[in-house]
Amino acid sequence: MSSHIVTSYDQELQNLRRSISEMGGIAEKMVADSGQALLRRDAGLAQAVIAVDQRLDGLQREIEEKAILLIARRQPMAIDLRETISAIRVSGDLERIGDLAKNVAKRVVAISDQVQLQKIVVGVEHMNELVQEQLKDVLDAYATQDTVAALDVWARDGAIDALYTSLFRELLTYMMEDPRNITFCTHLLFCAKNVERIGDHTTNIAETIHYLATGETLPTERPKNDRSSFATLDTPPEA
Amino acid sequence: MSATATAVPVVGQSTADEAAAIRLAVKDLNFYYGDFKGLKNINLNFLDRQVTALIGPSGCGKSTLLRTFNRIYSLYPEQRAEGEILLDGRNILDPSIDLNELRARVGMVFQKPTPFPMSIYDNIAFGIRLYERLGKADLDIRVEEALRKAALWDEVKDKLKQSGMGLSGGQQQRLCIARTVAQRPEVILFDEPTSALDPISTGRIEELIEQLRTEFTIAIVTHNMQQAARISQFTAFMYLGELVEFGPTNRLFMNPSKRQTQDYITGRFG
Amino acid sequence: MNASPAAVAGSTPTAPARSPSSPPAWGRVRAGRRSADKLLIVACTGATVLGAVVLGSILLMLIIQGVQGFSPALFTQVTPGPGSVGGGIANAILGSLVMTALGIVVATPVGVLAGTYLAEYGRTSHLANLIRFLNDILLSAPSILIGLFVYTLMVRPMGGYSGWAGGVALAIIATPVIVRTTEDMLRLVPGTLREAGAALGAPLSIVIRSVTWRAAQSGIVTGVLLALARIAGETAPLLFTALNNNSWFSPDLMGGVANLPVMIYQFALSPYDNWRQLAWAGALLITVTILGLSIVARLVLSGPKGR
Repeated sequence: MSSHIVTSYDQELQNLRRSISEMGGIAEKMVADSGQALLRRDAGLAQAVIAVDQRLDGLQREIEEKAILLIARRQPMAIDLRETISAIRVSGDLERIGDLAKNVAKRVVAISDQVQLQKIVVGVEHMNELVQEQLKDVLDAYATQDTVAALDVWARDGAIDALYTSLFRELLTYMMEDPRNITFCTHLLFCAKNVERIGDHTTNIAETIHYLATGETLPTERPKNDRSSFATLDTPPEA
Repeated sequence: MSATATAVPVVGQSTADEAAAIRLAVKDLNFYYGDFKGLKNINLNFLDRQVTALIGPSGCGKSTLLRTFNRIYSLYPEQRAEGEILLDGRNILDPSIDLNELRARVGMVFQKPTPFPMSIYDNIAFGIRLYERLGKADLDIRVEEALRKAALWDEVKDKLKQSGMGLSGGQQQRLCIARTVAQRPEVILFDEPTSALDPISTGRIEELIEQLRTEFTIAIVTHNMQQAARISQFTAFMYLGELVEFGPTNRLFMNPSKRQTQDYITGRFG
Repeated sequence: MNASPAAVAGSTPTAPARSPSSPPAWGRVRAGRRSADKLLIVACTGATVLGAVVLGSILLMLIIQGVQGFSPALFTQVTPGPGSVGGGIANAILGSLVMTALGIVVATPVGVLAGTYLAEYGRTSHLANLIRFLNDILLSAPSILIGLFVYTLMVRPMGGYSGWAGGVALAIIATPVIVRTTEDMLRLVPGTLREAGAALGAPLSIVIRSVTWRAAQSGIVTGVLLALARIAGETAPLLFTALNNNSWFSPDLMGGVANLPVMIYQFALSPYDNWRQLAWAGALLITVTILGLSIVARLVLSGPKGR
């Protein structure tokens, strides 16, 4: 892409891109750290995750302001307008991802001294790792405006949804087996839900990348495999 | 751009909706200033009661193209056009076309306001009197109607006998629009109508163009891309005498298909 | 809208650093240039003052000498015969008025139409260029030649001097002035105004009549007034055509017709005091009239209609 006649215009767009990639880095680290904190029930690491969320929120406001100013001042057209709008959208998604990671971290603090069901914690952590990969891929795709990679992320999210549904059933089972698991499992359930939501935000970003690169919105609904809304345990589990 | 659609006669024939909507069809148009070729093989359709914007850098031929539609270029002997421009199926470049009649059907508003040195009333009546013999009462009605359509009536109704030169720039431009509208043309050409006006007057003219669209087919040349994006339904991007891209304004400004268009509208031209 | 790049980038704006080699902000202009500047101002002012003093002294002398001759008799009595006392210049004033009017009435339509042809129709055609060239020659032709021309054309065939011949001679002098100013004024009318007229479907003739002439109206009128001022003081062409007459001229304008310029010419050279006094008075009268016409012409040009 050739540069603008007005060089400061290029700088402003470049600044937006830089801020987004900074946000992306922070969000990635928050998601990874919250996963580790959960796995090890590490309250200290969890507190660190909670603390860093402020920085992410600040960056998001900054990007929004810069983008609005750019629209007011430059009246961007075509690719520039799409890039500016995309920056606002992606920064919003990243901010939400940070919030969700923070929520996980908060629950880690709450359950750090609870009874442990390490097997299912590992299940949630596995899901978290899948989501981390998604997040990394989608951020790379954003930096290179690679729609193919973005669409790949978009399609892959189904696997995370499916994993979440099975974790959901598993947790229900544990709770029915032993009511003393209920507190821990509920917290874990919310952690899993938060991780699943992070996955959804990566697909939002993927959709934005597609819009940014092609100027078109994705027409079809994303294939969803989150069946937890319909999941019930009709038959009592064998004792 | 369809090359076949325009041969169909226009009015009311609902045989082909697409064809019926075309008011002005440009086919293989070439234009020469002496030896210099100002337009190269232009093919373009202007749809009925739609605003079509012509954009492009200075000297790209957008004004030249506009000036072929009423053959105003023929005031200058060294300029000539080749090809076809069909207005309701008739080639207006044909030598048998009566220029004065053509210009009554295709009105034009210029970059600088051009009020004639006469009263506001006479400015409007001038164009009507060229073609119609009307009584005083009928003429009064026509003048008022035109001034109302140009959103100028309320501002000048008490001073119709005063000189048109005494109005502000924006009012003068609306006077010129009223003068054009008074002849009840089918097509109105605007050649950078707001480039000499302040933002408020520009807003008024844009609002007016939006209103006029319900009755007239409009072609507008503008250097202001935001203006083209605001008021037009279709946009043509021209460069070095060629038509680079033509399409619905929304698409052209959000997602142009040609690299040159994108570079121009995003300010990347070099 | 146009923020400086520094502000846009978000950093604090700083004054551009002045490189050590750049010239000092003040005191860059060398003394030599300053004095050359002053010298030119002095020279220009001096020349202007000199011109004004010469013109002023002419006018002053004219007023001092001319006002003495002003009396009611000046406007009521005819020019006196040689050796007689008193007398006025009534016949010369009226003769001048009649012949000047005749000249301008003939010259105006011809001049305006020819000027219009050059500006609107001929433009840069060969014929138009030829006419423009001839007109410029006529504009600067010695007026005595025009007197001679009319003498051969009219005075000889008609068998004597006449006011008609005088009027025609003056018309020939006025026409190129009007042609020139009309063309210039029409060319000042913006081309877009003509295009706007044409765009409404008006034929060129209507555009000229209703739009271009109106737009150039004040300029054209000024041109006519200037031509009027020019011919009011012409002497040479009248010497060969109207000559002079020391009594009232005949109503058919045949024979010599008294007029101010020739009267001044003859009386000023005469040995009689009363004749010389009348010449001064006539000269003042003509000067005031021409001055008045020039002022009116300027007012017309800068009036509310002028742009």
